[in-house]
Amino acid sequence: MTSLNKSGLLSTHRQALQEGVRDGMPIALGYFVVAFTLGIAARNAGLSPFQGFLASFFNNASAGEYAAFIVIAADRPYLEMALITLVANARYLLMSCVLSQRFSPDASIWHRIFVGFDVTDEIFGISAARPAPLDPYYNYGAMLVALPGWSVGTAVGIIAGNALPAAVVSALSVALYGMFLAIIIPPARKNRVIGMFVAIAFAASFAASVLPVISELSGGTRTILLTVILAAVAAAKYPRDE
Amino acid sequence: MTHSIWMYLLVMSAVTLSIRILPLTLIRRQIKSRFIRSFLFYVPYITLAVMTFPDIVHATQTPASGLLALLVGTAMAWFGASLFKVSAFCCVAVFVAERFLVG
Repeated sequence: MTSLNKSGLLSTHRQALQEGVRDGMPIALGYFVVAFTLGIAARNAGLSPFQGFLASFFNNASAGEYAAFIVIAADRPYLEMALITLVANARYLLMSCVLSQRFSPDASIWHRIFVGFDVTDEIFGISAARPAPLDPYYNYGAMLVALPGWSVGTAVGIIAGNALPAAVVSALSVALYGMFLAIIIPPARKNRVIGMFVAIAFAASFAASVLPVISELSGGTRTILLTVILAAVAAAKYPRDE
Repeated sequence: MTHSIWMYLLVMSAVTLSIRILPLTLIRRQIKSRFIRSFLFYVPYITLAVMTFPDIVHATQTPASGLLALLVGTAMAWFGASLFKVSAFCCVAVFVAERFLVG
């Protein structure tokens, strides 16, 4: 920590933090709305607003938490809770592997732990889109707004239930998908292989949602299967030379 | 209710945090294998694409408004609009379209 200036942060870190807050804003907004509806499921499972806040603060995962609230509502064994959470959130294992390669090898274990704390689809998306090495302060900036958006949203959802008009929920529910598009489309335009595999991923994901057997799997499981298969094909056919 | 909600919260949080933190802390060095490096390079684009479609179409009140958001977002991102703008205009597109589509 010898390189700190008087304000306590290197100016590049401060800039990364600000950019993280900026890019985290649409995430926070989208999270608030999704978490709000998640809060309704949490209330049905018997969680207090504070318990909902804690669940969302430490998990920050829509499908994973939804599945978990079903387990609580049905009063299932703790082992089942562990297994369902593992399956619903397994994709974060893959994302954490990707981010491990974006860190400079001498980055401290604390930065790795705190960045790992909030590896969500969205924060992973925006941080993986930045050039390596990853500056953890960018993630912290995004977490600073996204985590409260998610956890407070859940608590408010438990308290207020269905207070938002359906038209507003519907409109805001595409905020997160819009963000994904902003992340994947520009590189898909520049790089032929990425473009091809984004198109294939759209088609495969659609097929998987309607075909028998595979459409029975949970969304999280389908995401992992398709990602592993398609990324393996891409890596085998179009290996990267760095 | 024979199980404690606090215990449930502890179990789910411990599992989720382990999944997220273990790879980041255990894989400290650069992976040498060209295949694995390439695999990890392609993962973000593919996984975000898989999560976007067709889910965006089912997220809205009508499939048509979700599809419109997909087209608007793709076009804006193609021409280099910022993350926030793409996201905001997708929402606006859905809101406006559903004024007409939802009675």
